[in-house]
Formats: sequence, C-alpha cells, structure tokens
Amino acid sequence: MGRKLDPTKKEKRGPGRKARKQKGAETELARFLPAVSDENSKRLSSRARKRAAKRRLGSAEAPKTNKSPEAKPLPGKLPKGIFAGAVQTVGKKGPQSLFNAAQGKKRPAPSSDEEEEEEDSEEDDVVNHGDLWGSEDDADMVDDYGADSNSEDEEEGEEVRFISGHSEKDPCCLQFSCLSFPSSWDLQLLPIERAAQKQKVREAAAGVQWSEEETEDEEEVTPESGPSKEEEADGGLQINVDEEPFVLPPAGEMEQDILTPDLQRVHKRIQDIVGILRDFGAQREEGRSRSEYLNRLKKDLATYYSYGDFLLGKLMDLFPLSELVEFLEANEVPRPITLRTNTLKTRRRDVAQALINRGVNLDPLGKWSKTGLVVYDSSVPIGATPEYLAGHYMLQGASSMLPVMALAPQEHERILDMCCAPGGKTSYMAQLMKNTGVILANDANAERLKSVVGNLHRLGVTNTVISHYDGRQFPKVVGGFDRVLLDAPCSGTGVISKDPAVKTNKDEKDILRCAHLQKELLLSAIDSVNATSKTGGYLVYCTCSIMVEENEWVVDYALKKRNVRLVPTGLDFGQEGFTRFRERRFHPSLHNARRFYPHTHNMDGFFIAKFKKFSNSVPQSQTGNSETATPTNVDLPQVIPKSENSSQPAKKAKGAAKTKQQLQKQQRPKKASFQKPNGTSKGADSELSTIPSVRKTQASSRFQDSSQPAGKAEGIRESKVTGKLKQRSPKLQSSKKVAFLKQNAPPKGTDTETPAVLSPSKTQATLKPKDHHHPLGRAKGVEKQQLPEQPFKKAAFQNQNDTPKGPQPPTVSPISSSHPPPAKRKKSQSRGNGQLLLS
Amino acid sequence: MRPLTEEETRVMFEKIAKYIGENLQLLVDRPDGTYCFRLHNDRVYYVSEKIMKLAANISGDKLVSLGTCFGKFTKTHKFRLHVTALDYLAPYAKYKVWIKPGAEQSFLYGNHVLKSGLGRITENTSQYQGVVVYSMADIPLGFGVAAKSTQDCRKVDPMAIVVFHQADVGEYVRHEETLT
Repeated sequence: MGRKLDPTKKEKRGPGRKARKQKGAETELARFLPAVSDENSKRLSSRARKRAAKRRLGSAEAPKTNKSPEAKPLPGKLPKGIFAGAVQTVGKKGPQSLFNAAQGKKRPAPSSDEEEEEEDSEEDDVVNHGDLWGSEDDADMVDDYGADSNSEDEEEGEEVRFISGHSEKDPCCLQFSCLSFPSSWDLQLLPIERAAQKQKVREAAAGVQWSEEETEDEEEVTPESGPSKEEEADGGLQINVDEEPFVLPPAGEMEQDILTPDLQRVHKRIQDIVGILRDFGAQREEGRSRSEYLNRLKKDLATYYSYGDFLLGKLMDLFPLSELVEFLEANEVPRPITLRTNTLKTRRRDVAQALINRGVNLDPLGKWSKTGLVVYDSSVPIGATPEYLAGHYMLQGASSMLPVMALAPQEHERILDMCCAPGGKTSYMAQLMKNTGVILANDANAERLKSVVGNLHRLGVTNTVISHYDGRQFPKVVGGFDRVLLDAPCSGTGVISKDPAVKTNKDEKDILRCAHLQKELLLSAIDSVNATSKTGGYLVYCTCSIMVEENEWVVDYALKKRNVRLVPTGLDFGQEGFTRFRERRFHPSLHNARRFYPHTHNMDGFFIAKFKKFSNSVPQSQTGNSETATPTNVDLPQVIPKSENSSQPAKKAKGAAKTKQQLQKQQRPKKASFQKPNGTSKGADSELSTIPSVRKTQASSRFQDSSQPAGKAEGIRESKVTGKLKQRSPKLQSSKKVAFLKQNAPPKGTDTETPAVLSPSKTQATLKPKDHHHPLGRAKGVEKQQLPEQPFKKAAFQNQNDTPKGPQPPTVSPISSSHPPPAKRKKSQSRGNGQLLLS
Repeated sequence: MRPLTEEETRVMFEKIAKYIGENLQLLVDRPDGTYCFRLHNDRVYYVSEKIMKLAANISGDKLVSLGTCFGKFTKTHKFRLHVTALDYLAPYAKYKVWIKPGAEQSFLYGNHVLKSGLGRITENTSQYQGVVVYSMADIPLGFGVAAKSTQDCRKVDPMAIVVFHQADVGEYVRHEETLT
C-alpha cells in the first residue's frame, strides 16, 4: 500500500502477511529524502543509509533530553554536529563494525563505543534503535516505518549531539564526514528536519498510540529497542545497547521513550520479555542471549517497581519469572486488615456483631483460624472503637498468627517470647494459655516495649512478665522454658507493602548482618529451652522475610550446632521451606518449615520453622561444656534455674528423694571443674560441673542446676556408662547422680538417697565430683557407683548416648522405680544414673 | 521489686476500696492462687506468686512490668489508680454509671460526664463516691468520681457534670507512654 508517512493516521500493523511485506525504509525514505541517491555515489543500501543516519544521530542523541519531544532545532549547528558525531561514530564504528560483522549482527558499530558515555549511550540507543529497526526491516521486519524513524532519529540525534558535545571537532572529523557524508546530507537533513518537526508535532498530538501499535507488532523487536529508549528516558539505566538488536520504533514511540520514562512502555516491555522467556526457544530474537533478556527485564522491573538492584537480583533468584511479577505487584498493594479476637474477654461472634453494628464490613479469616477476622472496609477507625479500647480484639496480621499456632502453647507452661514487640503474639499465646502459666515477654527496644505494656494490659493479660534484655543474654538471665518463640528481627523483605523503603535500602551487608544476629538469637533461644520439659521442648523461629539467608540458612546453622531437629509446624498450608537453594544445600528436614508469600497467600511474607530440642547438652568439641541433661523428669518444681549457676552448690535442694533420683538420672552439669575424689576420671569430670564439696543435697541441687543450664549438656550421657560406674565407690555414685541432672529442672535436691541405684546407668562423667560429696553425705552404700568408669564412660558417652545403658539397669532399679522409666533416657541419659550415685 | 510497706499498703487499699469497697478482700484471697502486690519503680503490680518468682530473676533495671499494673505512687506518696486496673475494678464495682452511646466518645477523650450523657446510675450513690463507668452495652470504659449523689443527679440541669473523669480506656491510645 503506498503509504504516506502520516503520523496522525495510525496504521494498522497487523500480524498478517501483508504487513510484513511492506517495503522497507527505502521506500519511505525516498519520499522524504529525494536527494539521497544523488549524494551517495556509493548507492548505499537502505541498511547502510540507516546506519549512516544513525551515525550522524548517534552521538548527538543524548536523550536525556526527556524534556520535550521536540527536536531541538539547531539547524545551524547541524552540519557541524553531524560531522562531529559522525566522525566519532564512524571512528568507533570501525572496530565495532568488524566486531559486529564477526558477530553477524547488523548493528551499527558505534553503539557499543558510545555506551561508555551516558550521553553517548543514549544517543547510541537512538542510533541503535534505528539500526535495529533497519536490520529488522531487512530481516522481515514488520516495521515499515523504519525509515521514518531513522529520519526522526537523525534529526533528534543531531540536536542532541550538539548538546552532548562532541566538542572535538577536529578537522579530520570534518574530513571524514565529508567523505562519508557528502554535503548533500545537509541538504537532505534540512528538509527532513522540517518534516520531522512537523511530524513531531503531530506525534505529540497523536500520543501514545503509536508506541502501542509498534510494540504490539514487534514483540521481538520491542525488548531490544524498547529498553534502550527507556533507558534514555529514565536517564539512569545503562543498557547494553549494542547487544540488543535495534529495531527502529515508529517515530512517535521513540520520541516518547527518550524523553519521558514511559511506565506503560516499560510495563509492556516487561510483559513482552516475560512472554518471550517463557517460550524462549521459539520466541527469542536471533542472536540475543537469555542473559540479555534477563538483564533487560531486571532493569525494567527495577524501574517500574522502584527496586534497588540488589534486592531485585535476589528476588529473581528466588522466584520463577511469572511469580516474580506477581510478587512485585502484590507488594504494591497493602494486605487486608485482619484482627484477632481476644478470647479472654469475648467471643468472635460478639466482636463481629459489635463491629458490624458500627459499620464495619468483615468476614472470618479462614478455616485455619478460629479467632481471626478480616476487615474489608470500615466507616469507623478500626483501631479506636470502644471494643478495641476495651481489649476485645487486637489488630494483627494474618501471618503473625501462624507462629503462635505452630508453637501451640499449653496451659501452665513457661514460655519465653524473645522479641515480643508490639505484643500481638505474646497476647495470643496468653489467650491460648487462658492466662495460666507464665510468659516472659522480652524485647531489646525500650520504645517498643511501651506498646507491649499497653497492649497486654488492654487485652487483660495477667500472666506475663515484661523485660528489656538483649535476646542473646538468654539463657543466662533465666532459662529452662517449656517453649520459646523467636520472632527474629529481619530485613523485612516480606512486608514490603508495609514499608516500601525496604526496596532500596537493603543490600548485601544488611542481609548478612541480620542473618548473623538471627543465628546468635536462635542459639540463645535453643539454649533457653528445656529439652526435658514434660509438655514442651519446642521452639518456633520465624521471620517476616523471604530471603534464604535469613531463613533456611539460619535454621540449617542451628541444626548443625545444637541438638535440635525440625518438626512439622502443624500448618497445613504454605509453601515448604527450601532444602537447597542455588549453590547451598540444607538439611533435608527443612521441608518441614513453611514459607508464606503475599502473592500466593495474601498475607505478609513469612517464614516459620518449629524445632524440637531432644537434648539439653550442647554438642561441642570440648567435653566440659555439655552435660546431657536429659532427665525426663520435670517433676522438680523448678524455680527458674540459672543455667550457668550449675556449679553453685546447694541451689535448689528440692525434695530430697526426688532430687536424688533426679540427680542420678541427670547427668552432670557441664561445668568441668569438678574434682574427683577418686581421681579416676578427671577427664570425665570435665564435663561435670564443679562440685565443691557439696553435701549430697547440695550436690544434687547443684547438679540439677547445672544440668539445667539450657541445653548445654551433651546429649548422651553417661548413663550408658553406668556399667562402669558400678565399680566406683559410693562416692562416685552420688556424683554421678548429680551428673545426671543435666536438665534444667533437676528438681530435686541432691538427695542423699539417690544412692547407688542409679549409678550404673548414670555414670556420667560428672560423677566424679560427686564422689566427694557423696562419701560425706550419703555413704549409703551405693556402692554401685561406678565412678571409676566415668572417665571411661565419659569418653564413651560423649560419643554416643546409648552405650552404657546395657549393664547398668539393675542397679538403677531401686531408684528408678520411683522415677520415670528409663524410656525417657533416650534424650540423655537416664535418670538411672543419677540414682546410682547417691546411694 | 519489693513488697509494699504497711503504709503504702494502707494508702493503696483505701483508694481501691473507694471503688470496690469490701470486695477488696476478693482480690487478695483468691481461690485460684495467691496473688500479691509488688512495688517496682514506684508502680504497684498485682501478680500471682508463680509469676513473681520468675520475675525475681530479672534484674531491676531490666524489668519493665509484671502481671497487672494497678497504679503508681506519686512523689508525695499518694496513690493514683491507672486505667490498667479497670479489669479488676469492674467486676467488683459497687457503684456503677452507664453512659449513653453519644457520650461514650466524649468520655473516651478524657472529658467529664455530663448529665445529658448519663444513662443510668446505681441507686444511693453518694457524692464523691468512686464509680466505674460503663457503656450501655456493659463494656467498662473507665472510672471516676461521682460529682453528685443520685438524688442530685435527677435534679440538676443537663449540662452539669455528674461524674468526674479519672481514667478511661482511651488512655491506652492517648497516653501509651505513661503506662510504663
């Protein structure tokens, strides 16, 4: 169809055959540049002409001129500019052209050179654009406006060139330009320029339609050409202009891209690239690698959604492309407001009814929550209704309810909430526990603690103690909790919708710093859990981040460093945690952890992992540290034992009999310094806490304490060693008993009575220290103690828990009968051991 | 954290008794456990013994709050009840005042209750008697002091104050900082 280039008329550029068959730029150009053929003695091909045009335009492009789509008319300077630019471009092109030729690309050479300078690159973009388009034409491009665009570009480029200033207008340039660009070019430009200006005016009037048309038609082309334009328009992004085949977009499109960051265009380009990448084999542009497309996409996404490069790179690693765009979209929109009914004061239906009466539109949150409500809209401020002030409900994100549901605190338990502010999870735990038991709510930030106090009082929570410690100071302050909740401070990449600043202000260092802190906190939290708790021994670690470095990596670290294992969270929805990610490999049980995303679950990004601590000992190379405190009995009414204090004597002598038994069962506390009267196994003793001549009771208490220290004890204990223990003297027995105490709660005081019975089983290394005490105190004749074995055992048990068990059981019997069966032993060792000693 | 002295206990009990009278005994002798009052940083906390034991392990400067805060002792050793004690005053209150829905907001902003906003009032309330303020839906909103006896309330004009505001649940939002 012989077309006139009429910008006001939108040409239908359909996908049909005919569209592609349209003549290329030459035909169009012929109308506008009648003199072309005259000048070019060389009879340049259309492509060559375009290239030439680009060269001319090239340096001048400096598209930062986003200001106005109008070409800056500097007709007078045009010639010089052109020459200068041309020279430059030509010069650069030389090697480039070779290079390009080598690559088989039809791109103009200069583009690559000019990337060096922002201005240049921008110009290049334009120029390249032209080339792209040109090449496209040759390659069956659907765009038959290439010529026009070229001309447009040229004009624009010229102006820009002036601005960008290839100031060096050395004579050779001129010369060179003369050679390649006969003076007649000037003549050509001028009329073209005039036409271009007119066109621009019309383009501006026509608006975006052009670009839309173009982009639709040339999907393949758009990604390459588009980005370059966008870059210039955006003014900040560097694109590898030379890489992308440049297809010269319609005149209107190009202008707009250069001058204004057209988000619509960027968005369209994003969709195009995602579409191409989804079916890369079929839709790819020839000669373009996948990484080019990805880079382009990354830049576009960063532009469109205002992300920093680092974070966007991480997200691209994390999500497949289709999900990535959904995720980014979801982060732009806030999640629905949710609230949790306070069952201490009211019921969900009453709250719902009262709020509906006030004009709030709400619904139950979902099957998985019995107390949650989601608010769609409200005519009154939800956070200020009399029901809110009376403490009938609390505003809480849906994903924040999940860790508490996973932790499942029971009544009459001791719970630690290490990072509690602003108190939503703490209050939820309190309502699940019906205000029984004790919760220690801790936070390191004094300001936010005030909101904790306010919220807990408002909601009528009475079983809480609020403290202001750094979480890493636990369990030194107090340990031996049944359950611990650690909602670690994180980078906040899951709650971008609440805090958009995270998009740009997070970088590698921030993430690693967060991860380091989280690891420390998690180890402290694990140490604060009492593995031998009757009803507990669980820890929930959660973050509001989706980064693998803060989630799976931290969990994996803890699995290696402590005697814990991951258990199912009890949440039946959510994505499973990663067991491997890029080059990292995590423990296979990581699949028990759960991840939540804003775009799939419509709640804030979250990660939840539930641990079960199976031994209070800390697996360490040195023996001294860990005492396996497996005593299963938590019947000792424990006062909060300070784990570190194990060595102190006479801490808690609880019921003698019980304690004794406990002692026996438990292993010695880790404190190594105990002295063995027998001098038998010093080595073994190392693990045991020092037991300074403590009377039996003291010893037992001591041991108890020491064993209590959260989890230091090594898991296995000597109980197995018991066999050996038997040989030891009674003294040993008592000490042994103490050793066994390992767990936090060695409730009983050392108990004199623990004698002998247990000794065989208990044999923990710790026995030694007891020895002295024993003889003093008990002398019951618990001969069984096999203290001598301890040292022996220690080594043995350190390696494994179960070895000694065998021989000992008999001795244990008397005491063990009163105590829980050895079945519990598996955790650590057996109670039996403790018992033995004392006798 | 320390137990209250005799004098402090006396002052505090007097204040509380203004609102709940002899029901105060119920606070002290509870069937479900032993509760006690403890003083920390001039504030009085009402906790069960079990919780107090845990709190004893926390050093004084790090302890922020335990159980329920009833109020604080001022510099001149007078006791001031805070709204946080409302949960314990409301069930045992002897004299109650109900306010109309329209006047709820005003009271929650810290204003006194006017006769026009008064819905119901317990019979034989004497003047300057401590009262607990409820909404018409029986939600406790705060407490105050009756400015007029019940008889006088009937006679007085609509713009007169009938209840002096002392504490309301709106303070959870308005005065969050002073709660600690």
